[in-house]
Amino acid sequence: MKLKVLSEKARAAIEAEFAKYSDKRSALLHALRVAQEEVGYLSEPAMIDVAELLDLTPVQVYDAATFYTLYHLKPVGRYVIQICKTLSCALVGAGPMIEHLRERLRIEVGETTPDGLFTLKRVECLASCGSGPMMQINDNYYENLTGEKIDRILDDLKREGKSSLASGPFQIPVLGEKR
Amino acid sequence: MPTYEKILLRNMEQPGYTGSLADYQKAGGYKALEKVLKGIPPAELIEMVKKSGLRGRGGAGFPTGMKWSFIPKDHPGPKYLCCNADESEPGTFKDRQLIERDPHQMLEGIGIASYAIGAHTAYIYMRGEFELGARIVQRALQDAYDAKLFGKNIFGSGFDLEIVLHRGAGAYICGEETALLESIEGKRGKPRTKPPFPATHGLYQKPTVVNNVETMANIPHIINRGPEWYAAIGTAKSAGMRIFSVSGHVKRPGNYEVPLGITLREMIYEHAGGIRNDKRLKAIIPGGASAAFLTPDFLDTKMDFESIAQAGSMLGSGGVTVMDEETCMVWAAMNLLEFFAHESCGKCTPCREGSSWLLQILRRIETGRGRMEDLDLLVSLSKRIEGKTVCAFGDAEIAPILSTLKFFKEEYETHIRERRCPYRSNVELVMSH
Repeated sequence: MKLKVLSEKARAAIEAEFAKYSDKRSALLHALRVAQEEVGYLSEPAMIDVAELLDLTPVQVYDAATFYTLYHLKPVGRYVIQICKTLSCALVGAGPMIEHLRERLRIEVGETTPDGLFTLKRVECLASCGSGPMMQINDNYYENLTGEKIDRILDDLKREGKSSLASGPFQIPVLGEKR
Repeated sequence: MPTYEKILLRNMEQPGYTGSLADYQKAGGYKALEKVLKGIPPAELIEMVKKSGLRGRGGAGFPTGMKWSFIPKDHPGPKYLCCNADESEPGTFKDRQLIERDPHQMLEGIGIASYAIGAHTAYIYMRGEFELGARIVQRALQDAYDAKLFGKNIFGSGFDLEIVLHRGAGAYICGEETALLESIEGKRGKPRTKPPFPATHGLYQKPTVVNNVETMANIPHIINRGPEWYAAIGTAKSAGMRIFSVSGHVKRPGNYEVPLGITLREMIYEHAGGIRNDKRLKAIIPGGASAAFLTPDFLDTKMDFESIAQAGSMLGSGGVTVMDEETCMVWAAMNLLEFFAHESCGKCTPCREGSSWLLQILRRIETGRGRMEDLDLLVSLSKRIEGKTVCAFGDAEIAPILSTLKFFKEEYETHIRERRCPYRSNVELVMSH
C-alpha cells in the first residue's frame, strides 16, 4: 500500500512493533509517536497513514490521538516547553517561572514564537515534585529552575540546539544540603 | 535523626553505582530470579509473597501475593503481567528514581512475578514523558536479554519470558489499572467497569496482574532474605519499607525509604529537615493529590495504611506534600481541582462535569467572587460524585475540597466575606488560570 506522508523508515519503525503484541492495534501509541516525530505534528494525512498500517479506521486513530496530551494536532515549535504547574511545583514558585517564560518568549501559554522555535505549554505533574519548579523541553527535564537558569537554557537551545543544564538520571539529595 | 537499613535505594546510594547490569549483578542482582526459576514452584512463591505481607505500592495497598493468587492456574492460553510505571500522582516521584537509577531491580521483580503467575509476556507501561527512563530501561532490557536473563529457557528452567517496554503518551488516568490495559490495547485510556477484574479479564481479556514499579522492586529482596525478614519490618498490617516522596515547603525535598509506621513528624521534621525558613506547618497531603489534607494535629500519626486511613486520609502513592502557614488552602484545593478537571477521562458524567463545576466554584471564591452558599454547594456537589463513578478518580477529586472545608472553613469564609484572597498576589493568581 502507498503511504501519503510517512516514509518507508517510519513504516519499518511502526511495523517492527507488531511482533510485541497479539493485536496490531497495541502499536498505536508508538505509531503516533513515530508519525509525530517525522511530520512534526499529527497531521490528518499522517493519521490516515497510521490507520492504514494498523488496519484501523482513521476515526479510531483520531480518537486515541485526541486523548493523549503528548500528541500535537497542530504544528508546534522546534522546542516544546512543558512547564509543570501542579501543587508541589506551584508551592515552590512555578507561577513566577511561567510568568518569566511568557515575558521572555513574548507569547502566551499555548502559543509558539514567530520564529517557530518555542511552544509554551503549562502542564500537570511530571513526577519531579522534589526538584521544582521544573519543565520538560522535548526529551529533557530541567529542574530547580530560576529565571536566570531558564534564560541560560533558552539561550543554549537557540545557539547550540542543546543545553548542559538538562537533568541526568534522578539526582539523590545529599544530606545536609538544606534550602 | 533515626536511620534505617535501606533496601530499594541501597544499591544506588553506593558510590560509583551506575545501575548497569554488571553493577547490579555485583551487588547480588538476579540471584533471586535464578533461585526461583531453579527450585521454587509458583504456588510456593505466591505463598512466600503472601507471607511477607507486601502490599501494592501504587496507591491502593492491595496485598500483592493475594493479587497473584487470583490468577486462574489452569487457564489455557496467555496470561500477562503489567508493570505500572505511569507514575503521575501529584507529589510522587519515587518510581522515576527506581527506574532511572536501578532499572534491573525492577526488571528482576518483573521476571519473578511473571513466573509466579505463569505469564510469558510482561509489559512495562511507562508514562510518555519519561524519555530518559525509557532509554535507560530499553538499554537495561537489551543487556539482560544479551545475558540470557530473559528470553527463552531462562537459567535452563524451561521458563520463557519476553518483557516489552510500552510507552504512554500523556494521561494521568492510565495509572488506573484497567485504563492502563485499554491504553496498551491502543485505545483511549478509559477505566473499565469492574467486575470482571483484570485477574480473569485483563489485557486482551486474558488473566492479568498489574503491579507498581516499587512493588516489583521489593520482590527480589523478599526472595533473597525471606518473607519472615520482610514481615518483621514496619507494622503488623503494613509490612516492609516504603519510599515516601516529600515535596513542597520542606528544607530537604526528596525520596526517603523508611519502614512503614514512622510518624509524619519524623518524616517532615527529621528526614525532610523541617519547614523552609523555619515557618510554621499548615497542612500535609500524606499520599498524593488523591488523599485528603491533614493538619499539624496529625503529626504524630503513623505513616502506615491503617493509621493514615483512620486519620481520615490515605497513604496512597506515598507522595507527601507539605504546606507552610502562608499557603492559601482555597488556592491549594483549586490548584488540584485544575489537575483533576484536566485529567478526568470523561467516561462518567459525575466526574467529568463535576470536576469542572467544582473548579469553577473554587475559582470564584479564590478570586473574590464567591457566595456563602457556595460552601454548601461544594459539599452537595461532592456528595453527588462520591461513589458514583467507574473508578476511584471521582472520590479522589473531592478529597482536597472536603478536607480543606473540614479543617479550614473559616479561610473559605474570609475569602467570601472580604471578596479577595488574603494570601495571594495577582501574579500568582494568573498562573492558576
